[in-house]
Amino acid sequence: MNLGLDRNTIYPATHMWRRFSYFFFAIFFCFAIAANLLAQDWIKSGTGLGVERIRIAVPEFKAANQDPRNSELLRTFNDTLWNDLTNAGIFEMVSKSFYPLGQIGAPSDVKFDTWGQTPVNAAMLVFGNLGASGNNVVVQGWLEDVKNPNSPPVLAKQYTDNATTQQARVIAHKFADEIIFRLGGGINGIAETQIYYVSTRSGHKEIWAMDYDGANQHPVTTLGTISLSPHVSPDGSRLAFSSFNGSAWEIRMFSFDLNRMVSFPRYGRTNLSPSWAPDGTRLAFSSSRSGTPEIYAVDQSGGNLHRLTNSGTTNVSPTWNRKTGSEIAWVSRHGDLPKIFTMSADGTNVQQLTDQGYAVSPSWSPNGQFLVFSWMRHYGPGAPGSQDIYLMDVTNKQWVQLTHDGGRNDFPCWSPDNRHIVFQSNRSGSLQIWSMLADGSNQKQLTTSGTNSEPDWSWK
Amino acid sequence: MKQSQSRWIALVFALGAILFLGACHKKAAPAPPPPPPPPPTPTATLTANPETIDKGQSTTLTWQTSNATDISIEGVGAVQPNGTQQVTPTESTTYTLTAKGAGGTQTATARVTVNAPPPPPPPPPPSLTEEQLFAQNVKDVYFDYDKSDVRADQQSLVQADAAFLQQHPNMSVTIEGHCDERGSTEYNLALGDNRASAVKNALVAAGVPADRVKTVSFGKEKPFCTESNEACWQQNRRGHFVLNK
Repeated sequence: MNLGLDRNTIYPATHMWRRFSYFFFAIFFCFAIAANLLAQDWIKSGTGLGVERIRIAVPEFKAANQDPRNSELLRTFNDTLWNDLTNAGIFEMVSKSFYPLGQIGAPSDVKFDTWGQTPVNAAMLVFGNLGASGNNVVVQGWLEDVKNPNSPPVLAKQYTDNATTQQARVIAHKFADEIIFRLGGGINGIAETQIYYVSTRSGHKEIWAMDYDGANQHPVTTLGTISLSPHVSPDGSRLAFSSFNGSAWEIRMFSFDLNRMVSFPRYGRTNLSPSWAPDGTRLAFSSSRSGTPEIYAVDQSGGNLHRLTNSGTTNVSPTWNRKTGSEIAWVSRHGDLPKIFTMSADGTNVQQLTDQGYAVSPSWSPNGQFLVFSWMRHYGPGAPGSQDIYLMDVTNKQWVQLTHDGGRNDFPCWSPDNRHIVFQSNRSGSLQIWSMLADGSNQKQLTTSGTNSEPDWSWK
Repeated sequence: MKQSQSRWIALVFALGAILFLGACHKKAAPAPPPPPPPPPTPTATLTANPETIDKGQSTTLTWQTSNATDISIEGVGAVQPNGTQQVTPTESTTYTLTAKGAGGTQTATARVTVNAPPPPPPPPPPSLTEEQLFAQNVKDVYFDYDKSDVRADQQSLVQADAAFLQQHPNMSVTIEGHCDERGSTEYNLALGDNRASAVKNALVAAGVPADRVKTVSFGKEKPFCTESNEACWQQNRRGHFVLNK
């Protein structure tokens, strides 16, 4: 059983291992056998699904006409579609070297026998055509169940947009997300999602944005100060973050609808780490406005401020249960070190999740079951300085280590499909944004320019 | 002080001149056998108008003499028997007119008072001095790893800082809380806030009014030292005093 997890990394928690096995079965195999909490989120879809990841063949799309722009548009489209399906984490991509000769542009070109037999042995086949014409590019795409050639296509889509490589990329993302939605148990794909983060490449720490795959990196803010901890609202319309205004750290708000900063109350002193409730109506953040840094909750407009913690120590980095919105996990200093705690959204029912070391930066999973966070588990003089990403089941506090590659790994954040995690790491020699599957596999670096930190994955 | 000194100098000078001239006179006067009729005694007057000037201004000396052949004004030189002259003394001066004639020597004096120059420009602005004083006297407070309480060996520093601030009630300060590069950005900003508050609370407990002490946290955003070793990390775990302007 290869789940991409090294057995040596699973700490003595057999029960935990079993639970995670179920979790990743559910995620990667779309199997109905996962008779646990997750089962209700997953449905078996399509036919020909093996026990391994779905074997999918994606021959390059065919030019639909003789327009000279087609080759460049096709190159962008084909690369993007291939990468999106690879990144999805639910497919086994059949190597192109196995594909039969001859381009496929429409269902009539498909010889199902050859695609379903060794060596291709694909369960699913993606194909289509692309043609520029006038200002537009038209893309037709199909998803066929190779083992059921007589049934109608699982998916048949046509897209029309401006004939630019940028739009060819967008169309590929949209089509990939349709395929992932159909074959991934009804969970929306992430190919059209955004990642917000802090970058120093302009000379100041500003908030930047990029596509989920690291493309289209661009600044959001140009405040010329220090801006940190970006968190996009669930509907994607606003971005909350913390920024130094010359005398204090305040929560700031950027509107994507208006493409500018919008007002938000100033609370004084040090206000940090805003986090959106899943319904988008409230924010939690850390404020030292009345003494020590404590967790407060506030309406989305900044009104109706009330305090949730009263520990008199150090409280920061709240994250709401993204499924229920009724709990908050956060970091609180306990015995001189930061630990992860949870509480009800009204501040009651406080529970401690980590019992040792230095644990920070929790992020609650979209399905509500897991926290990821950054942990220096063995901490103190003489201890190795490694700081890694860990995943914990909130209900039983069982955990598993996801990064093992050295460096300081921090600020993990879940993708909306619950299958991916983005985080920061300095393992490459400088602080950069990385992404991985939620089992720790497929780790890849998304940024290279300047230093980049505190990634936040959009909710859709 | 200066005036009386110069008066003394003038007096000594005048007495010396009189003695000297008297000595000359003695030598120059051989005793003729027929005693001539006594020559007329010289007269001399000297005035200064105005008698009081500011430094850099001038005044006019006016003098009259009679029965004199050798007339001089000290500091001016030989002059005509009657006349006027502008002088520009740099300090208060007593001018002495000496009229010598066959009948003897007569002197007259005129005192010109020179007012002291306008007071020198005020001493450098107090803020500069305060900044220097502040920099020399107010010491930053250092913290242990992960701690935000003022440790024992830093207590005397805080007390000294508090004493200085109480002696300078016009000063207000901002305490910046800083952390070393280890640990997480958000947690370090919150911890830096704790450190700044700890220093402020110690100052307030020592009697510094709370409204003169502001706090801000920089976490690990503005390190004093950027190397990855304990000496450098200790430099960065501090409550840093900044004089508010």
